[in-house]
Amino acid sequence: MDLSYGPEYEDFRAELRAFIEKNQHKAPPPGMGMKHPEALEQDWQKLLIEKGYTCRTIPKKYGGYGAEPDILKTVIIQDEFTRANVNSGLSGQGIGMLVPTLLENGNEEQREKYIRPTIYGEIHWCQGYSEPGAGSDLASLRTSARVEDGHFIINGQKIWTSGAHFADMCFILVRTEPDKPKHEGISYIMMDMKTPGIEVRPLVTMTGAAEFNETFLTDVKVPVENVVGKRGEGWKVANTTLKHERGMLGDPGQMLSRIESILKILQNEMLDGRRLIEHAMYRDRLVAAQAKTEALKFHSLRLLSHTLKNEEPGVSRLIVKYYGTTLARELSDIALEALGEIGQLYAGSPHVRSHGSWQWRNMFDLGLIIGGGTSQIQKNIISERGLGMPREPKLAETK
Amino acid sequence: MEFGLSDDQKLLENSFRRFTESKLPLERIREFANTKTGYNADIWNGLVELAATGVLIPEQYGGAGFKMLDAVVILESLGRTVTPVPFTGSAIMAPVALLTGGTEAQKEEWLPQIAAGETKFGVGVTEIISTRDSQGVSLSGDTLNGNTMFVIDGGPADVYLIAAGPDNMAIVPRNAPGVTVTPLITIDYTRMHCEVKLEGVKADLLGGKGKASEAIQKTIRAGRLALAADTLGAAEVMIYKAVEYAKERKQFERAIASYQAVKHMCAEMITELDPFRSLIWYAGHAYDESPEEAPVNVLLAKSGIDEAGKFIKRTATEVHGGMGFTDLMGLHYWYKRVSVNRALLGTPEMLRNEAAVAQGWLAA
Repeated sequence: MDLSYGPEYEDFRAELRAFIEKNQHKAPPPGMGMKHPEALEQDWQKLLIEKGYTCRTIPKKYGGYGAEPDILKTVIIQDEFTRANVNSGLSGQGIGMLVPTLLENGNEEQREKYIRPTIYGEIHWCQGYSEPGAGSDLASLRTSARVEDGHFIINGQKIWTSGAHFADMCFILVRTEPDKPKHEGISYIMMDMKTPGIEVRPLVTMTGAAEFNETFLTDVKVPVENVVGKRGEGWKVANTTLKHERGMLGDPGQMLSRIESILKILQNEMLDGRRLIEHAMYRDRLVAAQAKTEALKFHSLRLLSHTLKNEEPGVSRLIVKYYGTTLARELSDIALEALGEIGQLYAGSPHVRSHGSWQWRNMFDLGLIIGGGTSQIQKNIISERGLGMPREPKLAETK
Repeated sequence: MEFGLSDDQKLLENSFRRFTESKLPLERIREFANTKTGYNADIWNGLVELAATGVLIPEQYGGAGFKMLDAVVILESLGRTVTPVPFTGSAIMAPVALLTGGTEAQKEEWLPQIAAGETKFGVGVTEIISTRDSQGVSLSGDTLNGNTMFVIDGGPADVYLIAAGPDNMAIVPRNAPGVTVTPLITIDYTRMHCEVKLEGVKADLLGGKGKASEAIQKTIRAGRLALAADTLGAAEVMIYKAVEYAKERKQFERAIASYQAVKHMCAEMITELDPFRSLIWYAGHAYDESPEEAPVNVLLAKSGIDEAGKFIKRTATEVHGGMGFTDLMGLHYWYKRVSVNRALLGTPEMLRNEAAVAQGWLAA
C-alpha cells in the first residue's frame, strides 16, 4: 500500500492547482452544458488543451495536447477540478465517445476533418443509438440505410438523442445489411444534422425539461464515405464507444462533494426547532451513505492500481456503474427526504430550496440508473462475466 | 502509487488460506463447533507456528512485528473458514492494549506468552460502548467490582483485560480470587465469548491508575477492524458458495444460475461486498500509517461491511433454497459468524452515530 503519487506527480498537481487558482475567473460555470458551446466555453477549452489539462492524449496533429497516456495525471486533473469546483472543459458525446472511436476506427481523412473542431467545441455531436424498440437489446435496431448514388438513404426513428436540437452532427447506428444476423448488419455513420429529412422533437422527461429528443429520419442522404470502420461492422465500432461511455460514469470525487452539500443542508435546516443533523434518523442515513462513498473512493484507487499494472480487475470493475448510480440516487434521496414536504417543492415555488435542484438531480439520477445499460443489464454483466454464471437460454430453446 | 496488497501480503494471504482450507473442511468445522469451546488446539498451534498469534507483537517481545494491514489479511482468511480460535481477543485486541497502555514490565510479562500462544486473552470493553444487562466494572481504590458481558473470546481465555470505566483497564487472570467466568452461548459456536463477574478482585492496572483511556479506545478500534475483516472473509465465501451451488442445482431442466432472478441476487451480493474490501484494506493501512484518519475509517468500514454482511447472509442462504436452511449444507456457520460480528463492539447504528460525532457534524 503506497498512496503517494511521487514527486513528479505532486509537482504536476501543484502546477495544476496554481493554474486553476490563477485562471478560474476565465472559466464558464461548471456542469454539462445543455446548449452549443459558445465563445466563453471555447476559449476556456482552448486554454485547457494548450496546458494539457483536457484532451491530453489526443495527438497534436488533430489538435490535442499529444501526451502519452498517464492515468495518474488523468486522475489528478479530475480530482483538482472537482475539488476546486471549476469547469474542467467540454465534455459530452463528441469528445467522450466519437473522438476515441475515430482514433481507434476512423480513417485518416475522417480524423483530420472531425477531431479538431470537435475538441475545440466548434462541432457539437449527438448520439443516435437507441430506438423505441431497441433499448437494452440495442442490436435489434431497425433504422435502415440503403445505398443509392454514393449515399446512404436513412429511414427510421431514434430516441434519447440528447442535444440533437443544437447538435451539428450525429453519430448514428443504422441497419445496412438487413439479411445478415442482427449484430453483423449494422453500420456506424456520421450524419450532418442539417441534412433534409431530419426532424427533432424534444422529449420532455419527468423532470419537466427536455434533456433528450426523439429524432425522426425520412430519406436522409449521407455520403457513403461517412461510415466509420467497414460497412456492417458498426456493432464492433460502437462497442469501442460504449466502453468509453461506461468509463465516464461513477466519479467518487463528485459524490464526496455531494456528501458535503447534504451535510450543509442537515446542519442548516431546522425540524421542530432542532437542526436536521441532530435528528438521529437523518444523521444515520447520511453516515451510511458516506460509508459507501468512502468505500467507492478507495475502490476506485484499487481499480486505478490494477490499471497501472495492466491487470484485469474482473468483477471489481464490472460493479462500478451499478454501485455508483445506485449510491448517487441514495444521496439525492437523503437530501430530499430530510427536507420533508419542503423537499417536494419545485420550480419557482415559495420556500423552494436551491431552485428545486435536488428534485431535478434525484429524478435525473434515476435516469442514470436506467441509461447507459440499466441496472438489470449491469447485473447480467456482473453475474455472467464477473461470477461466471451462465446466460439465460433463449426463449425459443426452452419451448 | 499502489493501492492493494504488497507481494509479501499476497504470500501471507496464500499461506493462511492454504492453512485454513486444509485444516477446516466442513466436517471439521462442524466437529469443532459442537465442542462449544471457541478453541481448537490443533488450529491454534498451527497459527502459532505461522507466527500469527504474534502478528502485531514486536520482535523484541517474541512476535513477528507486522502491521495492522497484515493482520487484516490474516483475519480475512480466518473468517473465510469460520476458524474456531480466540484470535480477535488474544492476537489483536490484547496486544494492542498492552502495547498502547502497558508498562514495560506488563509488556515483558504478557506479550511473549501471547505470541507463543501459551496464554490466551479475552477482552472486556462492551460497557464502554453500551450497557444492557451488565453494569460494567468499577474501580475503587485498587479493587474491582461489577460485571462485564460479551468479553471477546473470553470463553477459552486464561487472562482478561477488562475496562473499568473509560480510563482504567485491568489485567485479570481467570483463576484470581473473586473472578467468576460464565460462557455466553451465541448462535455462533465457532467462538465463545463470556461474562466475567469480579467481586473484590485486586487490580493490576494497565499502565497504572487512570492511564488506559487511549489503550481502551485503540483496543476497541482494533477489535472492530478485526471483526470487519472476519465478516469480509466469511461473507465473500457465502457469495461464492451460493454461485457454485446455483451452477450445480438444476430445476426445470436448467441450472438455477441461468435464471436472472438468481443471477441478480448474486450480482447484488458481490456489488455490496467488494467496495468494502477496499475500505477495510485502507482502514488497516491508515491504522498505522495515517492514524488521524483511522477512527472514522474503522467506524465506516465495520458499519458498512456489517450491513453488506446482513444482506449477503440472508441472500446467499436463499440462493441455496431449502438446502440453505438445513444443517447438512453447513452454510449456517458462516451466517452465524457474520450475525454475531455485527452485534459485537457496537452495532452499525451505534458506529454511524459515533462517526457523525467524531467528524464534528453535531457541533453548532
